[in-house]
Amino acid sequence: MTEVTPALTLRPGERVRKVLGHPATMWSMLALLGVVLFVAAQVKGVSNTQLLSLFVRGTLLGGTLALGAVGVTLIYGVLKMSNFAHGDMMTLGAYLGLVVVTVLPKGPVLKPFSFGYEFLVALIIVVPLVGLAAFGLDKLAFRPLRRRRSQPIMFAMAALGLAFGIRSLVYLFWGADFSFYYTGRPRPAFELFSGVRVRPDQLFILGLAVLLIVLVYLLLERTKVGKAMRAMADNPDLARVTGIDTNRVVFWTWLIGGGLAAAGGMLYGLDVQLRPEMGWWLLLPLFASVILGTIGNAYGAMAGAFIIGIVWQVSTAFLNPAYGHGIAFLVMILVLLVRPEGLFGKRG
Amino acid sequence: MPLLTVEGAVTGYGEMQVLRGVNLTLEADEIVSIVGPNGAGKSTVMKLVFGLLKPWEGKVTFDGADISGLPPEKIVRKGLSYVPQVDNVFPTMTVEENLEMGAYILDEPLKPRKERVYELFPRLAERRRQRAGKMSGGERQMVAMGRALMLDPKILMLDEPSAGLAPLLVDMIFEKVAEVNKAGVAILMVEQNAKKSLALADRGYVLATGQNQVDGPGEELLSDPEVARLYLGG
Repeated sequence: MTEVTPALTLRPGERVRKVLGHPATMWSMLALLGVVLFVAAQVKGVSNTQLLSLFVRGTLLGGTLALGAVGVTLIYGVLKMSNFAHGDMMTLGAYLGLVVVTVLPKGPVLKPFSFGYEFLVALIIVVPLVGLAAFGLDKLAFRPLRRRRSQPIMFAMAALGLAFGIRSLVYLFWGADFSFYYTGRPRPAFELFSGVRVRPDQLFILGLAVLLIVLVYLLLERTKVGKAMRAMADNPDLARVTGIDTNRVVFWTWLIGGGLAAAGGMLYGLDVQLRPEMGWWLLLPLFASVILGTIGNAYGAMAGAFIIGIVWQVSTAFLNPAYGHGIAFLVMILVLLVRPEGLFGKRG
Repeated sequence: MPLLTVEGAVTGYGEMQVLRGVNLTLEADEIVSIVGPNGAGKSTVMKLVFGLLKPWEGKVTFDGADISGLPPEKIVRKGLSYVPQVDNVFPTMTVEENLEMGAYILDEPLKPRKERVYELFPRLAERRRQRAGKMSGGERQMVAMGRALMLDPKILMLDEPSAGLAPLLVDMIFEKVAEVNKAGVAILMVEQNAKKSLALADRGYVLATGQNQVDGPGEELLSDPEVARLYLGG
């Protein structure tokens, strides 16, 4: 009898799945999506400059998304739960920032930006504050469930409840209208390169997002608590056997996840505006980023956030911007169908 | 006085009882091997000692103190280290990071400890930047043992260290176990590979249906035809 190679013994369906599930297929599909977006824009007669602008705009959005997505993926990695309240933690951060900005005496505008020192102070106060609040909410909502070893659905429900709770508080204190950190300030854009115009604020937002991402990287790779977080995400049972203080790791996970969410929310609010539903509407793109970049993988979530941000923005060249979420959703569905473990995950 | 004593241990998973009264002792300089057929409760004894399961009845004593039911994060601080049978490394972390995690509870420079592990396993020194998940079974076992040795434990507990390894690697791992023991670490291990592990061990326990059946010096158990026929598969 002749030796049969394993690949040939697979049924056709399995073989198709295997090819489809290869990371290269995933990347090619993303590239294809890019081409489709490009062609669709050409057909619609969108100029290259405009496309390039949208690409830059998507990168900026990706930076803010990344700040939220890293938190979602770390919390999933360490606690094995999907934090559906993450978007609303971003909202909470944005509005607490508004309180600080409003309360502080107004200083001069920090040219060329549209904000003054108040916004920076607000960031410094609000980021750790929301981080601590996230840990407090964990104690209130999720720890009792962990103690009882509840089903994942209970965690999802608790997280949704938390999300609605936070949003209702925001409605209660600030109303349903949108707000700005600074009203009536001119926000001129300048030409970055070949017709692509950005506002200085947006460069600040991307710069700060990248800085925070680098800090997260250093934390995970260089510090003891960061390594312990990765260890717990890798193998929670072994982490316990090794004597890793899991409560401490949980504390740091929420502090970092919540803090980054607050920063993301404030930056998003600075770029666009503050609305009580702003974070809720970011939840879908956040999870799309996290799943695309392999759930639990912090660096994957960052990459996923930039991809989703760019696809989302570029699609507005020919689609009504209201469909932006649809595009994020489409990418998520594709990943879940073809390669649920994401771009950087291992099979089986 | 023995370093570790298990007396009349009864435990199980949920409603399912696995151990029906296990007794064993381990002296400070010994290698003790627990052998027996599948489903005898060998790994369950390890989990019980390490606090991953709480005893329903009976007692675990370490160094004269009752440690029954203490959680693993406390047990590890007493001077016991445990290498589970499967999933015993952090796969996305490097060899070096795996070792560092082994000494997570210490606040001191880890370099001397890491160097000692690398001396024992030179192979790991060559591959210290490699991710543990990408290594072979034998190398992973070395990473797992190295991680467990980072705390200089008084007892090293090994759950089937030879499982799934090629014969040559099995010999190598057993040699390392003997070497660690010579350095003054008591070894409590569970093995499917009864012959090799009893040949190495000072004493052995034959476990079946959750109870001690026979115990004695390793060589004696090996040469007992009755033990071989009944429990060790010929």
